[in-house]
Amino acid sequence: MKDLVEIRWHARGGQGAVTAAKFLAETALAGGKHVQAFPEYGPERMGAPIQAFTRLSTEPIRTYCSIVNPNVVTVLDLTLLDVVDVAQGFLPDSVLIINTSDKPSSLRGKLKLKGGKVFTVDASTIALEELGKPIPNTPMLGALIKVTGILGLGEVVKHFEEAFEGKFSPRVIEGNIKAIKRAFEEVKGE
Amino acid sequence: MAKLTEKIVAITGNAAVAQAMRQINPDVVAAYPITPQTDIAETFAEFVADGLVDTEYVTVESEHSAMSACVGASAAGARVMTATSSQGLALMWEILYIAAGMRLPITMTNVNRCLSAPINIHCDHSDSMGARDSGWIQIYSENAQEAYDNVIQAIRIAEHKSVLLPVMVNMDGFIVSHSIERVELLDDEVVKRFVGEYKPVYPLLDVENPVTHGPFDGLGGFYFEHKKAQIEAIERSRKVVLDVADEFKRISGREYGCFEPYRLDDAEVALVVLNSAAGTSKCVVDAMREEGYPVGILKLRVFRPFLARELSEALKHLKAVAILERATSPGSFGPLYAEIRSALYDLEARPKMVNLIYGLGGREFRPEHAKEAFGVCLKVAQTKRVEKPLGYLGLKEVEVIS
Repeated sequence: MKDLVEIRWHARGGQGAVTAAKFLAETALAGGKHVQAFPEYGPERMGAPIQAFTRLSTEPIRTYCSIVNPNVVTVLDLTLLDVVDVAQGFLPDSVLIINTSDKPSSLRGKLKLKGGKVFTVDASTIALEELGKPIPNTPMLGALIKVTGILGLGEVVKHFEEAFEGKFSPRVIEGNIKAIKRAFEEVKGE
Repeated sequence: MAKLTEKIVAITGNAAVAQAMRQINPDVVAAYPITPQTDIAETFAEFVADGLVDTEYVTVESEHSAMSACVGASAAGARVMTATSSQGLALMWEILYIAAGMRLPITMTNVNRCLSAPINIHCDHSDSMGARDSGWIQIYSENAQEAYDNVIQAIRIAEHKSVLLPVMVNMDGFIVSHSIERVELLDDEVVKRFVGEYKPVYPLLDVENPVTHGPFDGLGGFYFEHKKAQIEAIERSRKVVLDVADEFKRISGREYGCFEPYRLDDAEVALVVLNSAAGTSKCVVDAMREEGYPVGILKLRVFRPFLARELSEALKHLKAVAILERATSPGSFGPLYAEIRSALYDLEARPKMVNLIYGLGGREFRPEHAKEAFGVCLKVAQTKRVEKPLGYLGLKEVEVIS
Protein backbone atom coordinates (compact mmCIF):
# COMPACT_ATOMS: atom_id res chain seq x y z
CA MET A 1 0.00 0.00 0.00
CA LYS A 2 1.27 3.44 -0.91
CA ASP A 3 1.82 5.95 1.88
CA LEU A 4 -1.41 7.77 1.11
CA VAL A 5 -4.40 6.39 -0.78
CA GLU A 6 -7.20 8.80 -1.65
CA ILE A 7 -10.58 7.37 -2.61
CA ARG A 8 -13.51 9.31 -4.03
CA TRP A 9 -16.99 7.81 -3.98
CA HIS A 10 -19.68 8.98 -6.43
CA ALA A 11 -23.23 7.89 -5.74
CA ARG A 12 -26.79 9.01 -5.30
CA GLY A 13 -28.28 9.70 -1.88
CA GLY A 14 -29.53 6.42 -0.40
CA GLN A 15 -27.01 4.09 -2.09
CA GLY A 16 -24.84 3.83 1.01
CA ALA A 17 -21.66 5.48 -0.28
CA VAL A 18 -21.12 7.50 2.91
CA THR A 19 -21.47 4.36 5.02
CA ALA A 20 -19.06 2.51 2.72
CA ALA A 21 -16.52 5.38 2.82
CA LYS A 22 -16.60 5.35 6.63
CA PHE A 23 -16.65 1.57 6.91
CA LEU A 24 -13.55 1.31 4.72
CA ALA A 25 -11.72 3.83 6.96
CA GLU A 26 -12.79 2.00 10.11
CA THR A 27 -11.59 -1.32 8.73
CA ALA A 28 -8.24 0.19 7.74
CA LEU A 29 -7.88 1.67 11.24
CA ALA A 30 -8.36 -1.80 12.70
CA GLY A 31 -5.38 -2.77 10.51
CA GLY A 32 -3.26 0.02 12.01
CA LYS A 33 -3.67 2.76 9.40
CA HIS A 34 -4.30 6.46 9.84
CA VAL A 35 -7.68 7.22 8.34
CA GLN A 36 -10.08 9.96 7.37
CA ALA A 37 -13.58 9.63 5.89
CA PHE A 38 -16.15 12.28 5.22
CA PRO A 39 -19.04 13.08 2.92
CA GLU A 40 -19.48 16.25 0.96
CA TYR A 41 -22.40 17.80 2.77
CA GLY A 42 -25.12 19.26 0.65
CA PRO A 43 -28.85 18.91 0.22
CA GLU A 44 -29.33 15.44 1.69
CA ARG A 45 -32.01 14.05 -0.60
CA MET A 46 -32.57 10.50 -1.77
CA GLY A 47 -31.37 10.25 -5.34
CA ALA A 48 -29.32 13.46 -5.44
CA PRO A 49 -25.71 13.09 -6.63
CA ILE A 50 -23.33 12.93 -3.65
CA GLN A 51 -19.64 12.44 -3.07
CA ALA A 52 -17.80 10.87 -0.17
CA PHE A 53 -14.09 10.59 0.51
CA THR A 54 -11.73 8.18 2.24
CA ARG A 55 -8.04 8.75 2.96
CA LEU A 56 -5.84 5.91 4.23
CA SER A 57 -2.22 6.40 5.16
CA THR A 58 0.68 4.98 7.09
CA GLU A 59 1.34 8.53 8.39
CA PRO A 60 -0.96 10.94 10.27
CA ILE A 61 -3.32 12.72 7.85
CA ARG A 62 -3.31 16.52 8.06
CA THR A 63 -5.11 17.53 4.89
CA TYR A 64 -8.65 18.75 5.50
CA CYS A 65 -10.28 19.10 2.10
CA SER A 66 -12.02 17.01 -0.52
CA ILE A 67 -10.07 14.80 -2.92
CA VAL A 68 -9.45 16.24 -6.39
CA ASN A 69 -6.73 13.83 -7.58
CA PRO A 70 -8.04 10.47 -6.41
CA ASN A 71 -6.05 7.24 -6.58
CA VAL A 72 -9.35 5.41 -6.68
CA VAL A 73 -12.78 6.50 -7.94
CA THR A 74 -15.87 4.41 -7.36
CA VAL A 75 -19.13 5.11 -9.17
CA LEU A 76 -22.14 3.46 -7.53
CA ASP A 77 -24.66 4.69 -10.08
CA LEU A 78 -24.17 4.51 -13.82
CA THR A 79 -26.59 7.38 -14.52
CA LEU A 80 -24.14 9.74 -12.79
CA LEU A 81 -21.83 9.54 -15.81
CA ASP A 82 -24.15 11.97 -17.63
CA VAL A 83 -24.37 14.34 -14.67
CA VAL A 84 -21.02 14.39 -12.86
CA ASP A 85 -17.43 14.42 -14.12
CA VAL A 86 -16.45 11.27 -12.26
CA ALA A 87 -13.02 11.28 -13.92
CA GLN A 88 -12.17 14.75 -12.61
CA GLY A 89 -8.51 14.84 -11.53
CA PHE A 90 -7.95 11.26 -12.73
CA LEU A 91 -4.22 10.45 -12.68
CA PRO A 92 -2.29 8.16 -15.06
CA ASP A 93 -2.17 5.48 -12.36
CA SER A 94 -5.67 6.04 -10.92
CA VAL A 95 -8.27 3.30 -10.73
CA LEU A 96 -11.94 3.72 -11.72
CA ILE A 97 -14.52 1.16 -10.58
CA ILE A 98 -18.04 1.45 -11.99
CA ASN A 99 -21.24 -0.33 -11.03
CA THR A 100 -22.46 -1.69 -14.38
CA SER A 101 -22.99 -4.95 -16.25
CA ASP A 102 -21.03 -3.45 -19.14
CA LYS A 103 -17.39 -4.15 -20.02
CA PRO A 104 -14.61 -1.83 -18.78
CA SER A 105 -13.51 -1.04 -22.36
CA SER A 106 -16.92 0.34 -23.35
CA LEU A 107 -16.96 2.55 -20.21
CA ARG A 108 -13.49 3.83 -21.05
CA GLY A 109 -14.81 4.74 -24.49
CA LYS A 110 -17.88 6.46 -23.10
CA LEU A 111 -15.80 8.50 -20.66
CA LYS A 112 -13.08 9.17 -23.29
CA LEU A 113 -10.65 8.23 -20.53
CA LYS A 114 -6.93 8.08 -21.18
CA GLY A 115 -4.59 6.21 -18.86
CA GLY A 116 -5.41 4.65 -15.52
CA LYS A 117 -7.31 1.40 -15.11
CA VAL A 118 -11.04 0.84 -15.47
CA PHE A 119 -12.95 -1.95 -13.72
CA THR A 120 -16.62 -2.82 -13.74
CA VAL A 121 -18.79 -4.90 -11.47
CA ASP A 122 -22.55 -5.45 -11.59
CA ALA A 123 -22.99 -4.38 -7.98
CA SER A 124 -26.71 -3.61 -8.25
CA THR A 125 -27.55 -7.09 -9.53
CA ILE A 126 -25.33 -8.71 -6.90
CA ALA A 127 -27.02 -6.65 -4.17
CA LEU A 128 -30.49 -7.45 -5.54
CA GLU A 129 -29.74 -11.18 -5.57
CA GLU A 130 -27.98 -11.37 -2.22
CA LEU A 131 -29.83 -8.69 -0.23
CA GLY A 132 -33.08 -8.33 -2.09
CA LYS A 133 -32.37 -4.61 -2.48
CA PRO A 134 -30.31 -2.86 -5.15
CA ILE A 135 -28.06 -1.08 -2.61
CA PRO A 136 -24.65 -1.38 -4.23
CA ASN A 137 -22.33 -0.13 -1.46
CA THR A 138 -21.07 -3.40 -0.01
CA PRO A 139 -20.41 -5.14 -3.35
CA MET A 140 -18.54 -2.02 -4.50
CA LEU A 141 -16.42 -2.36 -1.39
CA GLY A 142 -15.65 -5.97 -2.34
CA ALA A 143 -14.61 -4.88 -5.84
CA LEU A 144 -12.53 -2.01 -4.45
CA ILE A 145 -10.44 -4.15 -2.11
CA LYS A 146 -9.88 -6.70 -4.87
CA VAL A 147 -8.57 -4.27 -7.48
CA THR A 148 -6.56 -2.08 -5.10
CA GLY A 149 -5.36 -4.68 -2.61
CA ILE A 150 -5.57 -2.05 0.14
CA LEU A 151 -7.32 -4.46 2.50
CA GLY A 152 -7.73 -8.22 2.64
CA LEU A 153 -11.11 -9.86 2.06
CA GLY A 154 -10.80 -11.61 5.43
CA GLU A 155 -10.23 -8.31 7.30
CA VAL A 156 -13.26 -6.71 5.65
CA VAL A 157 -15.57 -9.65 6.33
CA LYS A 158 -14.43 -9.89 9.95
CA HIS A 159 -14.87 -6.18 10.57
CA PHE A 160 -18.26 -6.18 8.85
CA GLU A 161 -19.50 -8.91 11.18
CA GLU A 162 -18.18 -7.04 14.25
CA ALA A 163 -19.40 -3.61 13.20
CA PHE A 164 -22.97 -4.58 12.35
CA GLU A 165 -23.66 -7.37 14.81
CA GLY A 166 -26.78 -6.38 16.71
CA LYS A 167 -27.54 -3.51 14.29
CA PHE A 168 -28.57 -5.74 11.37
CA SER A 169 -30.20 -9.15 11.43
CA PRO A 170 -27.87 -12.15 10.85
CA ARG A 171 -29.59 -12.63 7.47
CA VAL A 172 -28.74 -9.07 6.36
CA ILE A 173 -25.13 -9.41 7.57
CA GLU A 174 -24.77 -12.71 5.75
CA GLY A 175 -26.28 -11.25 2.57
CA ASN A 176 -23.87 -8.33 2.64
CA ILE A 177 -20.89 -10.58 3.18
CA LYS A 178 -21.98 -12.76 0.26
CA ALA A 179 -22.30 -9.60 -1.84
CA ILE A 180 -18.81 -8.44 -0.85
CA LYS A 181 -17.34 -11.86 -1.70
CA ARG A 182 -19.20 -12.15 -5.02
CA ALA A 183 -18.08 -8.70 -6.17
CA PHE A 184 -14.55 -9.54 -5.08
CA GLU A 185 -14.69 -12.50 -7.48
CA GLU A 186 -16.74 -10.96 -10.27
CA VAL A 187 -15.11 -7.54 -10.77
CA LYS A 188 -13.74 -7.28 -14.32
CA GLY A 189 -10.65 -5.47 -15.55
CA GLU A 190 -9.63 -4.45 -19.05
CA MET B 1 -16.86 2.45 17.48
CA ALA B 2 -14.25 0.97 15.17
CA LYS B 3 -11.01 0.44 16.99
CA LEU B 4 -7.40 -0.53 16.54
CA THR B 5 -7.06 -1.02 20.29
CA GLU B 6 -9.37 -0.12 23.16
CA LYS B 7 -7.92 3.38 23.00
CA ILE B 8 -7.31 4.06 19.31
CA VAL B 9 -10.61 4.54 17.53
CA ALA B 10 -12.04 5.92 14.28
CA ILE B 11 -14.66 8.50 15.22
CA THR B 12 -15.92 11.93 14.18
CA GLY B 13 -14.96 15.15 15.95
CA ASN B 14 -18.45 15.27 17.45
CA ALA B 15 -18.17 11.70 18.74
CA ALA B 16 -14.71 12.44 20.17
CA VAL B 17 -16.10 15.36 22.18
CA ALA B 18 -19.05 13.24 23.35
CA GLN B 19 -16.55 10.63 24.55
CA ALA B 20 -14.64 13.29 26.47
CA MET B 21 -17.92 14.40 28.08
CA ARG B 22 -18.76 10.79 28.99
CA GLN B 23 -15.40 10.42 30.68
CA ILE B 24 -15.73 13.77 32.47
CA ASN B 25 -19.24 12.75 33.60
CA PRO B 26 -20.52 16.28 34.36
CA ASP B 27 -23.32 16.86 36.88
CA VAL B 28 -25.53 18.75 34.44
CA VAL B 29 -25.72 19.11 30.67
CA ALA B 30 -28.37 21.46 29.32
CA ALA B 31 -28.85 21.48 25.57
CA TYR B 32 -31.36 22.39 22.91
CA PRO B 33 -31.90 19.06 21.19
CA ILE B 34 -32.53 20.06 17.56
CA THR B 35 -30.85 22.05 14.76
CA PRO B 36 -28.48 23.92 15.02
CA GLN B 37 -27.39 21.52 17.75
CA THR B 38 -24.69 18.97 17.02
CA ASP B 39 -24.26 15.19 17.25
CA ILE B 40 -22.42 15.91 20.50
CA ALA B 41 -25.67 16.55 22.37
CA GLU B 42 -27.35 13.60 20.61
CA THR B 43 -24.56 11.13 21.38
CA PHE B 44 -24.29 12.35 24.95
CA ALA B 45 -28.06 11.90 25.38
CA GLU B 46 -27.56 8.23 24.44
CA PHE B 47 -24.88 7.92 27.13
CA VAL B 48 -27.33 9.33 29.66
CA ALA B 49 -30.11 6.97 28.50
CA ASP B 50 -27.72 4.02 28.64
CA GLY B 51 -26.73 4.88 32.18
CA LEU B 52 -23.06 5.42 31.28
CA VAL B 53 -23.00 8.79 33.05
CA ASP B 54 -24.72 10.25 36.12
CA THR B 55 -25.52 13.51 34.39
CA GLU B 56 -28.80 15.36 34.78
CA TYR B 57 -29.62 16.07 31.13
CA VAL B 58 -31.88 19.06 30.68
CA THR B 59 -33.42 19.43 27.23
CA VAL B 60 -34.66 22.98 26.84
CA GLU B 61 -36.64 24.87 24.24
CA SER B 62 -33.88 27.10 22.83
CA GLU B 63 -30.15 27.75 22.98
CA HIS B 64 -30.89 30.86 25.04
CA SER B 65 -32.57 28.60 27.58
CA ALA B 66 -29.76 26.04 27.32
CA MET B 67 -27.16 28.55 28.44
CA SER B 68 -29.57 29.95 31.05
CA ALA B 69 -30.02 26.46 32.53
CA CYS B 70 -26.23 26.03 32.50
CA VAL B 71 -25.86 29.29 34.40
CA GLY B 72 -28.42 28.23 37.02
CA ALA B 73 -26.93 24.78 37.47
CA SER B 74 -23.38 26.10 37.65
CA ALA B 75 -24.33 28.74 40.24
CA ALA B 76 -26.01 25.99 42.23
CA GLY B 77 -22.64 24.24 42.39
CA ALA B 78 -22.77 21.67 39.56
CA ARG B 79 -20.07 20.85 37.02
CA VAL B 80 -21.81 21.90 33.82
CA MET B 81 -21.14 21.27 30.14
CA THR B 82 -22.96 21.90 26.89
CA ALA B 83 -22.43 22.12 23.14
CA THR B 84 -23.66 24.43 20.44
CA SER B 85 -23.01 25.76 16.97
CA SER B 86 -23.69 28.69 14.65
CA GLN B 87 -27.12 30.32 15.21
CA GLY B 88 -27.31 28.44 18.49
CA LEU B 89 -24.31 30.30 19.85
CA ALA B 90 -25.75 33.53 18.48
CA LEU B 91 -28.99 32.94 20.39
CA MET B 92 -27.03 32.26 23.60
CA TRP B 93 -25.52 35.68 23.21
CA GLU B 94 -26.68 37.63 26.27
CA ILE B 95 -26.32 34.63 28.57
CA LEU B 96 -22.68 34.11 27.49
CA TYR B 97 -21.83 37.42 29.17
CA ILE B 98 -23.79 36.42 32.27
CA ALA B 99 -21.94 33.09 32.55
CA ALA B 100 -18.59 34.89 32.35
CA GLY B 101 -19.60 37.82 34.56
CA MET B 102 -20.89 35.47 37.26
CA ARG B 103 -17.55 33.62 37.01
CA LEU B 104 -19.18 30.26 36.26
CA PRO B 105 -16.74 27.58 35.01
CA ILE B 106 -18.99 26.10 32.31
CA THR B 107 -17.31 24.16 29.49
CA MET B 108 -18.96 24.34 26.07
CA THR B 109 -17.92 22.91 22.73
CA ASN B 110 -18.79 25.11 19.79
CA VAL B 111 -18.80 23.51 16.36
CA ASN B 112 -17.75 26.45 14.19
CA ARG B 113 -20.35 27.19 11.56
CA CYS B 114 -21.34 30.36 9.77
CA LEU B 115 -24.21 32.70 10.55
CA SER B 116 -27.17 33.47 8.29
CA ALA B 117 -28.02 35.18 5.96
CA PRO B 118 -27.84 33.79 3.32
CA ILE B 119 -28.84 30.48 4.90
CA ASN B 120 -25.85 28.17 5.00
CA ILE B 121 -24.97 25.45 7.48
CA HIS B 122 -21.26 25.09 6.76
CA CYS B 123 -18.01 25.96 8.48
CA ASP B 124 -16.63 29.35 9.26
CA HIS B 125 -15.62 31.12 12.45
CA SER B 126 -18.18 33.93 12.47
CA ASP B 127 -20.02 32.34 15.41
CA SER B 128 -17.15 32.18 17.91
CA MET B 129 -15.44 35.35 16.64
CA GLY B 130 -18.66 37.21 17.37
CA ALA B 131 -18.51 35.95 20.97
CA ARG B 132 -14.93 37.06 21.49
CA ASP B 133 -15.78 39.93 23.86
CA SER B 134 -18.13 37.88 26.04
CA GLY B 135 -15.45 36.99 28.59
CA TRP B 136 -15.16 33.31 27.67
CA ILE B 137 -11.80 31.66 27.26
CA GLN B 138 -11.61 30.44 23.64
CA ILE B 139 -9.58 27.44 22.55
CA TYR B 140 -9.38 26.23 18.93
CA SER B 141 -8.76 22.66 17.69
CA GLU B 142 -7.12 21.53 14.45
CA ASN B 143 -8.68 18.06 14.42
CA ALA B 144 -10.81 15.59 16.37
CA GLN B 145 -7.90 14.59 18.61
CA GLU B 146 -7.29 18.18 19.64
CA ALA B 147 -11.00 18.77 20.22
CA TYR B 148 -11.08 15.76 22.55
CA ASP B 149 -7.90 16.82 24.35
CA ASN B 150 -9.00 20.46 24.61
CA VAL B 151 -12.37 19.60 26.17
CA ILE B 152 -10.67 17.58 28.90
CA GLN B 153 -8.17 20.37 29.59
CA ALA B 154 -10.93 23.01 29.48
CA ILE B 155 -12.53 21.59 32.64
CA ARG B 156 -9.32 22.14 34.61
CA ILE B 157 -8.75 25.62 33.16
CA ALA B 158 -12.33 26.77 33.81
CA GLU B 159 -12.47 25.43 37.36
CA HIS B 160 -9.01 26.58 38.44
CA LYS B 161 -9.41 28.72 41.56
CA SER B 162 -7.46 31.59 40.04
CA VAL B 163 -9.62 31.57 36.88
CA LEU B 164 -13.28 30.54 37.42
CA LEU B 165 -14.40 31.42 33.92
CA PRO B 166 -16.33 29.60 31.21
CA VAL B 167 -14.34 27.97 28.39
CA MET B 168 -15.42 27.51 24.79
CA VAL B 169 -13.66 24.78 22.81
CA ASN B 170 -13.99 25.24 19.05
CA MET B 171 -13.60 22.87 16.13
CA ASP B 172 -14.46 23.23 12.44
CA GLY B 173 -18.02 22.32 11.54
CA PHE B 174 -18.36 19.34 9.17
CA ILE B 175 -14.66 19.40 8.21
CA VAL B 176 -13.77 18.01 11.64
CA SER B 177 -17.12 17.58 13.42
CA HIS B 178 -18.47 15.10 10.83
CA SER B 179 -15.24 13.59 9.53
CA ILE B 180 -14.09 10.21 10.82
CA GLU B 181 -10.52 10.26 12.05
CA ARG B 182 -8.12 8.25 14.09
CA VAL B 183 -8.41 9.44 17.69
CA GLU B 184 -6.50 8.19 20.68
CA LEU B 185 -8.71 8.14 23.76
CA LEU B 186 -7.40 8.16 27.31
CA ASP B 187 -8.55 5.59 29.85
CA ASP B 188 -11.78 6.54 31.62
CA GLU B 189 -9.99 6.38 34.96
CA VAL B 190 -7.14 8.59 33.77
CA VAL B 191 -9.58 11.30 32.64
CA LYS B 192 -11.57 10.96 35.86
CA ARG B 193 -8.43 11.51 37.93
CA PHE B 194 -7.24 14.34 35.67
CA VAL B 195 -10.44 16.38 35.97
CA GLY B 196 -10.84 15.43 39.63
CA GLU B 197 -13.86 16.01 41.78
CA TYR B 198 -15.47 19.41 41.31
CA LYS B 199 -15.50 21.59 44.41
CA PRO B 200 -17.55 24.71 43.69
CA VAL B 201 -16.41 27.86 45.47
CA TYR B 202 -19.68 29.54 46.41
CA PRO B 203 -22.48 27.08 45.57
CA LEU B 204 -26.04 28.35 46.02
CA LEU B 205 -27.04 24.93 47.32
CA ASP B 206 -24.68 25.24 50.29
CA VAL B 207 -27.48 26.38 52.59
CA GLU B 208 -25.15 26.46 55.62
CA ASN B 209 -23.25 29.29 53.93
CA PRO B 210 -25.84 31.32 52.07
CA VAL B 211 -24.62 33.54 49.24
CA THR B 212 -26.25 35.74 46.62
CA HIS B 213 -25.51 35.31 42.89
CA GLY B 214 -26.26 37.81 40.19
CA PRO B 215 -27.85 40.74 42.05
CA PHE B 216 -28.10 44.37 40.92
CA ASP B 217 -24.71 46.11 41.01
CA GLY B 218 -25.52 49.68 39.97
CA LEU B 219 -24.07 53.13 40.29
CA GLY B 220 -23.31 52.82 43.98
CA GLY B 221 -21.93 49.33 43.53
CA PHE B 222 -18.95 47.55 42.08
CA TYR B 223 -19.84 46.65 38.48
CA PHE B 224 -16.62 48.25 37.24
CA GLU B 225 -14.53 46.45 39.88
CA HIS B 226 -16.19 43.14 39.07
CA LYS B 227 -15.28 43.64 35.42
CA LYS B 228 -11.70 44.45 36.45
CA ALA B 229 -11.62 41.25 38.51
CA GLN B 230 -12.91 39.34 35.46
CA ILE B 231 -10.15 40.85 33.31
CA GLU B 232 -7.54 39.85 35.88
CA ALA B 233 -8.95 36.32 36.04
CA ILE B 234 -8.66 35.80 32.29
CA GLU B 235 -5.13 37.27 32.44
CA ARG B 236 -4.26 34.65 35.08
CA SER B 237 -5.65 31.92 32.83
CA ARG B 238 -2.60 32.29 30.53
CA LYS B 239 -0.45 30.52 33.07
CA VAL B 240 -3.17 28.03 33.98
CA VAL B 241 -3.61 27.03 30.30
CA LEU B 242 0.10 26.18 30.14
CA ASP B 243 0.20 24.43 33.54
CA VAL B 244 -2.80 22.29 32.59
CA ALA B 245 -1.16 21.50 29.22
CA ASP B 246 1.98 20.35 31.08
CA GLU B 247 -0.04 18.04 33.26
CA PHE B 248 -2.01 16.82 30.27
CA LYS B 249 1.22 15.93 28.48
CA ARG B 250 2.11 13.66 31.37
CA ILE B 251 -1.08 11.61 30.96
CA SER B 252 -1.30 11.70 27.17
CA GLY B 253 2.17 12.31 25.73
CA ARG B 254 0.59 15.07 23.62
CA GLU B 255 1.95 18.57 23.82
CA TYR B 256 -0.06 21.79 23.82
CA GLY B 257 0.81 25.46 24.17
CA CYS B 258 -1.14 28.65 23.63
CA PHE B 259 -0.06 28.47 20.00
CA GLU B 260 1.88 26.04 17.84
CA PRO B 261 4.75 27.27 15.67
CA TYR B 262 5.38 25.02 12.67
CA ARG B 263 8.76 25.43 10.92
CA LEU B 264 8.54 29.05 12.02
CA ASP B 265 11.97 29.68 13.60
CA ASP B 266 13.90 29.88 10.34
CA ALA B 267 10.96 31.05 8.21
CA GLU B 268 10.90 34.44 6.48
CA VAL B 269 7.18 34.47 5.78
CA ALA B 270 4.34 32.79 7.63
CA LEU B 271 0.61 32.26 7.85
CA VAL B 272 -1.36 32.60 11.08
CA VAL B 273 -4.24 30.12 11.06
CA LEU B 274 -6.92 28.60 13.27
CA ASN B 275 -8.42 25.11 13.32
CA SER B 276 -8.31 22.64 10.41
CA ALA B 277 -6.75 25.05 7.90
CA ALA B 278 -3.58 24.66 9.96
CA GLY B 279 -3.31 20.98 8.99
CA THR B 280 -3.73 21.64 5.29
CA SER B 281 -1.27 24.56 5.50
CA LYS B 282 1.36 22.42 7.25
CA CYS B 283 1.36 20.01 4.29
CA VAL B 284 1.93 22.99 1.99
CA VAL B 285 4.78 24.25 4.21
CA ASP B 286 6.51 20.87 3.91
CA ALA B 287 6.09 20.83 0.12
CA MET B 288 7.29 24.44 -0.31
CA ARG B 289 10.24 23.87 2.02
CA GLU B 290 11.33 21.04 -0.31
CA GLU B 291 11.46 23.66 -3.05
CA GLY B 292 13.50 25.99 -0.84
CA TYR B 293 10.85 28.52 0.18
CA PRO B 294 11.36 29.89 3.73
CA VAL B 295 7.75 29.40 4.86
CA GLY B 296 6.15 28.52 8.19
CA ILE B 297 2.93 28.53 10.19
CA LEU B 298 1.70 29.84 13.48
CA LYS B 299 -1.41 27.99 14.58
CA LEU B 300 -3.25 29.87 17.28
CA ARG B 301 -4.80 27.60 19.89
CA VAL B 302 -5.85 30.10 22.55
CA PHE B 303 -7.54 33.22 21.16
CA ARG B 304 -8.93 34.40 24.51
CA PRO B 305 -6.91 35.35 26.48
CA PHE B 306 -5.04 36.99 23.60
CA LEU B 307 -1.30 36.50 23.92
CA ALA B 308 -0.12 39.78 22.44
CA ARG B 309 3.43 39.73 23.82
CA GLU B 310 4.10 36.06 23.08
CA LEU B 311 2.68 36.37 19.56
CA SER B 312 4.74 39.45 18.75
CA GLU B 313 7.81 37.59 20.02
CA ALA B 314 7.02 34.57 17.82
CA LEU B 315 6.37 36.62 14.67
CA LYS B 316 8.87 39.47 14.97
CA HIS B 317 11.65 37.88 12.88
CA LEU B 318 9.44 37.43 9.83
CA LYS B 319 9.44 39.64 6.74
CA ALA B 320 5.76 39.12 5.93
CA VAL B 321 2.80 37.49 7.64
CA ALA B 322 -0.64 36.66 6.26
CA ILE B 323 -3.41 36.36 8.80
CA LEU B 324 -5.85 33.81 7.40
CA GLU B 325 -9.33 34.46 8.61
CA ARG B 326 -12.53 32.44 8.34
CA ALA B 327 -14.66 35.35 9.56
CA THR B 328 -15.23 38.95 8.62
CA SER B 329 -16.09 42.16 10.35
CA PRO B 330 -17.76 44.03 7.49
CA GLY B 331 -16.42 47.57 7.33
CA SER B 332 -13.16 46.60 9.02
CA PHE B 333 -10.52 43.89 8.88
CA GLY B 334 -10.96 40.40 10.32
CA PRO B 335 -10.72 40.31 14.13
CA LEU B 336 -7.59 38.15 14.22
CA TYR B 337 -5.75 40.47 11.85
CA ALA B 338 -6.69 43.58 13.78
CA GLU B 339 -5.46 42.11 17.05
CA ILE B 340 -2.25 40.52 15.81
CA ARG B 341 -1.31 43.61 13.85
CA SER B 342 -1.93 45.68 16.95
CA ALA B 343 0.16 43.26 19.07
CA LEU B 344 3.16 43.94 16.83
CA TYR B 345 2.81 47.72 16.91
CA ASP B 346 5.43 48.32 19.60
CA LEU B 347 8.16 46.34 17.88
CA GLU B 348 11.04 48.37 16.45
CA ALA B 349 10.96 46.31 13.25
CA ARG B 350 7.77 44.55 12.28
CA PRO B 351 6.80 42.14 9.54
CA LYS B 352 4.53 43.44 6.81
CA MET B 353 1.08 42.04 7.27
CA VAL B 354 -1.92 41.14 5.12
CA ASN B 355 -5.37 39.86 5.97
CA LEU B 356 -6.68 37.06 3.77
CA ILE B 357 -10.30 36.01 4.23
CA TYR B 358 -11.04 32.42 3.22
CA GLY B 359 -13.63 29.67 3.56
CA LEU B 360 -16.74 31.67 4.44
CA GLY B 361 -19.87 29.53 4.47
CA GLY B 362 -17.76 26.38 4.18
CA ARG B 363 -15.99 27.33 0.93
CA GLU B 364 -13.21 24.79 0.78
CA PHE B 365 -9.70 25.71 1.91
CA ARG B 366 -7.39 23.74 -0.35
CA PRO B 367 -3.60 23.40 -0.48
CA GLU B 368 -3.54 25.78 -3.47
CA HIS B 369 -5.10 28.48 -1.26
CA ALA B 370 -2.31 28.12 1.30
CA LYS B 371 0.17 28.25 -1.59
CA GLU B 372 -1.51 31.40 -2.90
CA ALA B 373 -1.30 32.96 0.58
CA PHE B 374 2.41 32.16 0.80
CA GLY B 375 2.81 33.64 -2.69
CA VAL B 376 1.28 36.90 -1.48
CA CYS B 377 3.62 36.88 1.55
CA LEU B 378 6.71 36.16 -0.54
CA LYS B 379 5.86 39.02 -2.89
CA VAL B 380 5.29 41.42 0.01
CA ALA B 381 8.57 40.30 1.59
CA GLN B 382 10.41 40.90 -1.66
CA THR B 383 8.88 44.27 -2.54
CA LYS B 384 8.54 45.41 1.12
CA ARG B 385 5.16 46.81 0.11
CA VAL B 386 1.61 45.80 0.89
CA GLU B 387 -0.57 46.73 -2.05
CA LYS B 388 -3.79 45.28 -0.72
CA PRO B 389 -4.00 44.75 3.04
CA LEU B 390 -7.31 42.86 2.70
CA GLY B 391 -7.62 40.01 0.22
CA TYR B 392 -9.68 36.88 -0.38
CA LEU B 393 -8.78 33.26 -1.08
CA GLY B 394 -11.04 31.04 -3.14
CA LEU B 395 -13.59 33.69 -4.06
CA LYS B 396 -15.47 32.79 -7.24
CA GLU B 397 -14.82 35.14 -10.12
CA VAL B 398 -18.28 36.59 -10.57
CA GLU B 399 -19.55 40.10 -10.85
CA VAL B 400 -20.69 41.01 -7.37
CA ILE B 401 -23.78 43.19 -7.40
CA SER B 402 -23.38 45.21 -4.27
